[in-house]
Amino acid sequence: MSKPDGSVLLRTIGLSKAFGSVTVLENADVELRAGEIHAFLGENGAGKSTLAKLIGGIHRPTAGRIERDGRPVTIRNPREAASLGIGLIPQEPRTFPDLSAAENIFVGRLPMRGGRVDWKTLYGRAEELLRTLGVEIDPRRPARGLSVADRQMLELAGALSLDARILLLDETTASLTPGEVGRLGEILRRLRSEGKALVFIGHRMEEIFDLCDRATVLRDGRIVGERRVRETTPDELLRLMVGRAMGEAVTRKKVADGPPILEVVGWSQPPRFRDISFSIRKGEIVGLAGLVGAGRTEIACALFGLSRPTSGEVRIDGRPVEIRSPEDAMRHGMALVPEDRQRQGAFLPLSLRENVTLSSLPRLSGRGWLREDDARSRTTEWVRRLGVRCREIEQPLRQLSGGNQQKIVLAKWLETGPRILLLDEPTRGIDVNAKTEVHRWIAELADQGVATLLISSDLPEVLALSDRVLVLRAGRLVREFAAGEATPEAVIAAAGVTTEATVR
Amino acid sequence: MNGFRWRRETPLAGILLLLVVAVSIAQPRFLSPENLRSILLWLPLLVIVALGEMTVILTRGIDVSVGSMLGLSGMMTAMLLRDHPEIPVPVAALFAMAAGGGLGAINGGLVAGVGIPPIVATLATLGIYRGATFLVSGGKQVDDYQLPRALAGWSSDGPFGADIVPYVVWIALLAAVAMQRFLTDSRTGRDWYAIGGDPDGAADRGVAVRPRVFLAYVFSGVGSGLAGLLYASRFGTVNPASIGNGFELLVISATVIGGVSIFGGSGTVAGVLLGSLLLGTISVALAVLNIAETWQSAVYGAVLLAALLADDAMRRRLEREERG
Amino acid sequence: MGERWRRASARYLPELTVTGLLAVALLLSGWREPRFWDAAYLFDRSTLHMETGLLTLTMTLVILAGQIDLSVTSILALVGALLATLHVRFGVPMTVLLPFGPIFGGLLGSVNGYLVARRGLPSLVVTLATMALFRGIAQILLGDRSVMMPPEMVGIERVTLPKSYLHAPLLLLIVATVAAYLLLHRTVFGRYVTVIGVNPEAARYSGVPVARTMIRLFVLSGAMAGLCSLLLLSRLGVARYDHARGWELDVITAVVLGGTSIFGGRGTIYGSIAAFLLIAIVQTGMGVAGVKAEIQVTAIGFLLLLAIFLAKVTERGR
Repeated sequence: MSKPDGSVLLRTIGLSKAFGSVTVLENADVELRAGEIHAFLGENGAGKSTLAKLIGGIHRPTAGRIERDGRPVTIRNPREAASLGIGLIPQEPRTFPDLSAAENIFVGRLPMRGGRVDWKTLYGRAEELLRTLGVEIDPRRPARGLSVADRQMLELAGALSLDARILLLDETTASLTPGEVGRLGEILRRLRSEGKALVFIGHRMEEIFDLCDRATVLRDGRIVGERRVRETTPDELLRLMVGRAMGEAVTRKKVADGPPILEVVGWSQPPRFRDISFSIRKGEIVGLAGLVGAGRTEIACALFGLSRPTSGEVRIDGRPVEIRSPEDAMRHGMALVPEDRQRQGAFLPLSLRENVTLSSLPRLSGRGWLREDDARSRTTEWVRRLGVRCREIEQPLRQLSGGNQQKIVLAKWLETGPRILLLDEPTRGIDVNAKTEVHRWIAELADQGVATLLISSDLPEVLALSDRVLVLRAGRLVREFAAGEATPEAVIAAAGVTTEATVR
Repeated sequence: MNGFRWRRETPLAGILLLLVVAVSIAQPRFLSPENLRSILLWLPLLVIVALGEMTVILTRGIDVSVGSMLGLSGMMTAMLLRDHPEIPVPVAALFAMAAGGGLGAINGGLVAGVGIPPIVATLATLGIYRGATFLVSGGKQVDDYQLPRALAGWSSDGPFGADIVPYVVWIALLAAVAMQRFLTDSRTGRDWYAIGGDPDGAADRGVAVRPRVFLAYVFSGVGSGLAGLLYASRFGTVNPASIGNGFELLVISATVIGGVSIFGGSGTVAGVLLGSLLLGTISVALAVLNIAETWQSAVYGAVLLAALLADDAMRRRLEREERG
Repeated sequence: MGERWRRASARYLPELTVTGLLAVALLLSGWREPRFWDAAYLFDRSTLHMETGLLTLTMTLVILAGQIDLSVTSILALVGALLATLHVRFGVPMTVLLPFGPIFGGLLGSVNGYLVARRGLPSLVVTLATMALFRGIAQILLGDRSVMMPPEMVGIERVTLPKSYLHAPLLLLIVATVAAYLLLHRTVFGRYVTVIGVNPEAARYSGVPVARTMIRLFVLSGAMAGLCSLLLLSRLGVARYDHARGWELDVITAVVLGGTSIFGGRGTIYGSIAAFLLIAIVQTGMGVAGVKAEIQVTAIGFLLLLAIFLAKVTERGR
């Protein structure tokens, strides 16, 4: 039944995906082989998850095709993927909290007997599956309250119960503890020895070199290289991942040497981050690097009053301040351009005018009445200054491309005239030209004296723009680099992407 | 933390017990057979409709048309029995359930087929069914003397003679047990929980979401239909203006007090039974304690609020514990 | 011009649908019953109450913000009961009590606002509970009695603008409609309400005072119910605990029929008021034709489904 090792189970040919006008994956050719663990590598937004989701039936390609065992197939949804023996384990597992662990594995196809669920068979099969995976979960207990790792195991067991030959694990290790990662590794090796084709998506080099046989590196939606892991080095893969030249060199005019505007002292919010201290001067850009899940976004959110740290202090202009809400943060001249534009930044059905002016309404109104003439002229001004491509300022934001949407979100915050700018992945999912423009703006704002915290998974971006780079690892600040001494390799090493085992 | 399960039913049963004890101390007459009987008589209508409502809420929906479905199928059944007294009551019960099921199917079609938001779809049919009750009855009520004696007997006699527990209560208990089995042992029942937990995830895993959601509304209709017959049995007269009017509020209250999550995917038959029992007990307790009936609505509202707040506090504590 | 018109019509499709239905209803009624064109007759025969219209305005804002307030009609009854009790039992003159209508209503609304905005409970269940609670307190206060209002308080609907058919309640509705329109489309508060409905998370990230806006919204909704209570007391001349029972369904129906999304984020005052008029005309028309009020609800239900069908079908066509 099982094919000899190395035979190609699935092939993608010229696979492409675009959301609206934004192309996130272009012309991807990969081959998944039996008995191999294949890594998809790349920075955030490089397209690796998209590629996996196309194979797993979550997205449908805009161009290209997929062959399973040499035959062309269309995969319209995860169910069709499952019938082709393809299982995708998402980063955040889907869980049905009130169903038992066993039911979570077999949902949609519970074993039946005489019109009733055959509990004996169900629990028996679940127990067996969980045992082969080597995890100790009582199949009878409800899934509510299980850890992320355990719930991922339920997803994995679900895929295995369908006799999946191809398993795609999307950033499965991002939210696991080192012990859990180790256990997962054993399971994956065993599955490999059974002749399954596995796809491992991640960016921790130690895991790649520990586990994988082959690595496909993606950058900006394209495959930039494929290597046998045995024949390559972490350095080579890293160069492939980040080795892009900046679209256009950004030059900073001034050196920030004034007193710090923002100081964070001994900040903790376990388990998200602990004992964080740093400061930002007037006109300074401080980069915050680290892996996904290291606590970067959480720090920005806490600074902006969206959550409360359990201990520590924030000082602005040397005075301790209490920030309980975004409104408090805004009163202190802060602005946050959030990570998830669709969910946290943009109001897609509303007009550009309504989006741009929202956070400045107290200023753009008199006694509670909107001053729409001012709003229109302000919006027109920002559209011109940021070069937003649109038909008119009254059109819904939905109709703009991702990059232009991001410029509008940026404009919303620039309109408030911030002194402290928190940028969380400001250029994610936008095209290269828009990226360059946004970079120019970040630099220009700093030159005007804005203190900026730049969070980004795009290392060249962080390195090119920042005066200093802080590296966060598992919720703690582990390194600080001055502008000159930060190299991609050094930052990545500090962030925990090394061939050594992770220390906790 | 492993293995710990927060059961919403536990505090609810505690409150119920406390209430019974407190009222019995204040007024020992509370535990008399007549009073227990009147508490039990509360159950059939409420429980049977609430069981149907629960299935809908499990799938993240809501059915505000239950009172109107109860009214329309109760009216039609009463008229059937008036015009054809020879029809045995059990057959009439089947008719009532079929009528209710049909009405529920319309709701299900609007929600699962057309894709209208549940609250809007059932709000529309609430009005439509209410008016239809008038149309079919011509606005005239069916009086008790026009209905077969056997029908009223369902609410007064029991399988062991005229004892405390009349047939209608047995029917409700039977329905509860059957529903319990259905929810825990049938594929549809399990799928309802899955859909409420994560609709997209359930669809991805091959759950036939639309047919299942459709069926939940049919269940709600069938329950309301049967309750329509029970209404006629208990009250004798069936008036098109009053039958089932506003009943949806009582039903949704009982369901929510019983711990069925308004966000879907969570709830048990035991909870619904306890929630209904609590409302019934409060009603009888007020009467026994000589508190005017006018207090009933206020007390219900307060109990529902208290249940909401208690559940919320518990959930918060649980989340805190889970986190750290 | 053509392009612009096409875009605007796509955007305001629900409002256009309701306007079309309204025109059809007007023409049909006028054709069947020429007296229908007589404004005095129309207002006289209107079975739908101006209170419903007023509540439709605030309910539009509440639903636009992605919430619902089922308790408004109970607030209406409770405010009436409170005023009547203060008047009858404690001898407080009604003229002194007038401002307390909206004030009491607003206070009761703030209970909903606190539970929804600060405790994060779903408004559907919260207001279901307060609906029973408030109505119940009214019932405790008044029992099944009808408390008479003093004569100087009664008969607001007979006060008309000189030489016109515009009676005071209708006038109030017109003024309130304009006020609601301005509030929603011209004030910071209205903008906040809209953005909270569109995307509550992004609203919080944008520094919009979400909780405060939500509390104000429920206070406003309650205050409007308190105002309506005064109106109803004056029209009916008595306070009763079961005033306006069940009207919340008429109110929500009008709002949804008028194109406000039940999930929030989309809706206009114009659509709601047009839908209110449509329902009023359909009911009046049926009333003239001798259709019983109880059967009229069926027609309203069908109207609601029809409007949603039309919106859905045209949406798909695009």
